[in-house]
Amino acid sequence: MDFLNAIILISNFILVPAITYGSQLALGAIGVTLIYGVLRFANFAYGDLMAFGTMIVILFTWYLQSKGITFGLLPTALLALPIGILFTIAISLFFDKTIFEYYREKKSNPVTFIVVSLGIMFVLNAVVRIIIGPNDINFMDGHKFIMKAREFKQITGLNEGLAIKSTQVITLITTIITCSLLFYFLNKTKTGKSMRAYSDNEDLALLSGIDPKKIILLTWVIVSILATVGGTLYGLDKSFKPFTYFNNLLPIFAATIVGGIGNPLGAFYGGFLIAFSEIALTYAYKKFFKYLLPESLEPNTLIQFISTDYKFAISFAILVVVLIFRPNGIFKGKVI
Amino acid sequence: MYFSASKLTGGYGGVNIIEDCSFNVNRGEIVSILGPNGAGKSTAMKAMLGILDLKSGEINLDGQDITKFKTQDRIKLGVSFVPQIKNIFTELTVEENLEMGAFLNEDDIRLQIEKMFDLFPIIKEKRKQAAGELSGGQRQQVAIARALMTNPTVLMLDEPTAGVSPVIMDEIFQHILNIKKQNIAILMVEQNARQALEISDRGYILVTGKNAYEGDGDYLLNDKEIRKSFLGG
Repeated sequence: MDFLNAIILISNFILVPAITYGSQLALGAIGVTLIYGVLRFANFAYGDLMAFGTMIVILFTWYLQSKGITFGLLPTALLALPIGILFTIAISLFFDKTIFEYYREKKSNPVTFIVVSLGIMFVLNAVVRIIIGPNDINFMDGHKFIMKAREFKQITGLNEGLAIKSTQVITLITTIITCSLLFYFLNKTKTGKSMRAYSDNEDLALLSGIDPKKIILLTWVIVSILATVGGTLYGLDKSFKPFTYFNNLLPIFAATIVGGIGNPLGAFYGGFLIAFSEIALTYAYKKFFKYLLPESLEPNTLIQFISTDYKFAISFAILVVVLIFRPNGIFKGKVI
Repeated sequence: MYFSASKLTGGYGGVNIIEDCSFNVNRGEIVSILGPNGAGKSTAMKAMLGILDLKSGEINLDGQDITKFKTQDRIKLGVSFVPQIKNIFTELTVEENLEMGAFLNEDDIRLQIEKMFDLFPIIKEKRKQAAGELSGGQRQQVAIARALMTNPTVLMLDEPTAGVSPVIMDEIFQHILNIKKQNIAILMVEQNARQALEISDRGYILVTGKNAYEGDGDYLLNDKEIRKSFLGG
């Protein structure tokens, strides 16, 4: 019984949250990695692109709610998602045409691109704050829990409860669908293969008749979809605050680099690796050991590796270790 | 002549790397461009492909003036190119490499892929493997097969035997002879001058960007002066 309680405890506080957070990071990291693979620069504006997409989704959610339209048990935001995606695609293409294209034609070096993306990051950041404000916004509606901790306890008779929020299930299902579609596209379709070919060897792609303009356009479209979906899922699960999205840039970049930059599958695993490390290392295991160890050995401290306030330090530490020992990532990616 | 360049002059920046360079190739013929390092051999080939800005000169394909054509348009007309380095998609499988070679081709490419596997049996075994994992000689075969996927009439090869062992070199030259039988015009730049001339119908020797000698393979191989200067005695 104690053993089961310990398992449920870990599931409730580590497994379920980490799978959810990992999915959200994975979507972000795949976006960053695709931009790096095709356009060859690290896009620092990505976090704020996610915030922008989510903001549009929230605005349309409010609009739909004001018209009395909801999505039943599911959050209304899912109905507003396609519109958010369209706006995000539009703004990505706008920035590409007006800014990135200029530097691409000048054949500027990657550092210039990074600085340019920092500029866009500040602009997007300001736009989002001006339009929707800097405060926390909760836009989750519909059915909140699939399984409440109390219900779980009643059903199983255990001391520990397992709570599963509907946003967690929605996040996981949406991530599985999005990533399956993306990997099918990249590995099985002619256009997807040409995108990988372009990322692998630009000159040879040109010699094969692959049109770089189409590839770049397509990349922005895919990246905007991933940014909006990832951002909305994160906002539904926690809450929407523009600053949080900027903050998430660190774990997203860590996931990208751990997975091997330019390698989408690596970025997917990287997202989960970072999420699990972050949550597992900031969890206080005192109660867990209480269940498992005899009374005499029970810990009298929290057994917490690091305070949750420092959770970003974990991403940062992983990032540094990977860059020192495996600069091209755990899965094979490009060397930075 | 099927594919010809006459009096090409050009280079990067202000300096001319090739000057008044002329050469040509017919279908079903192998023509080598030889010469010492820095003679402008690869540059001449890049000019044929449209990667180099020309100051003067004319390039003709099948009677059509293509001097002003972009690289991609030349490829559509049937000119194909195998670069010396980075000539495969390392992260794609062998089969995907071939598919990308036929990117512009809207028809069913299964047949063409099978044709390539007949021509290069060794890469058929490795079809599902990432091309970057293959050996040097196999990679070269993938590179040539990729270039042949468009069903070209002209195949240009930039040092196809650079960095491979003598055994593999013979094998690659044998493949090039087989490709010639398909009525393709083959133009290649080579460092291994003697071996290249043995399979070539004709050859050109460039020195400091200018035509120095030209003639059929046997003539260049047997000329005392040329042997001494370019073929190592």
